[in-house]
Amino acid sequence: MLRIETAQELMMVFLIGEIDHHSAKAMREEIDTVAERVRPGTLILDFSDVSFMDSSGIGLVMGRVRLMKSFGGEVKIQGAKGNIRKVMQIAGLHRVARMDDEQ
Amino acid sequence: MNIINEMRLKIPSKSVNEGFARSAVASFAAQLDPTVAEIADIKTAVSEAVTNCIVHAYAGEIGMITLEARILEGGVFMVKIRDRGCGIADVKQAMEPLFTTAQGDERAGLGFSVMESFMDKVTVRSTLGKGTIVTLTKKIEQRAR
Repeated sequence: MLRIETAQELMMVFLIGEIDHHSAKAMREEIDTVAERVRPGTLILDFSDVSFMDSSGIGLVMGRVRLMKSFGGEVKIQGAKGNIRKVMQIAGLHRVARMDDEQ
Repeated sequence: MNIINEMRLKIPSKSVNEGFARSAVASFAAQLDPTVAEIADIKTAVSEAVTNCIVHAYAGEIGMITLEARILEGGVFMVKIRDRGCGIADVKQAMEPLFTTAQGDERAGLGFSVMESFMDKVTVRSTLGKGTIVTLTKKIEQRAR
């Protein structure tokens, strides 16, 4: 599940619940449909309300980084805590997307 | 090591079962009184192993996945995830970070890296055409109550 807000150059995606191989497909399709229409300069992915995430979430972020690059835009990640942050660190996501400092 | 308790779960390789499998295993592991972080570690590792069965072992088909969890003496938690799918040709290569054979599906190739980071021990036994057994082990520190 997710909620999307857009404001001019900014698109914010609030991801909600569990992100796994089962749920990721619908999430990325929903994000891409809006992103391809809006073509934002910055896509913010907010993980504050994500209760579980495995490496399927990494695929989701990397795919959106590629999409945003094709528009000349960037991805920012915020609100990732605990194991979700740990999975992102293993993947080295900080090298491809801006991450907030929240622990 | 003596077995304190054990359980077995058999499910078809449908992606909707990913959440069920990791939650069921985590519920069983809860007997060891793990921390929230330890439970999250187990859930994440099991989710990776089960997803591998669905995406790779049984690509394009539905087969059975068996999960056997054990609580051993000394607070050791062990879970075996077994499939009778295609098997892995080169286990060493499959376990390398970022290696994936599922390019089109936005798979990051990090399943085994995540399992290795979150569990104490990961062993993989695979026979081409016969299937794969992934064994995950983690010691749960016994805390004073």
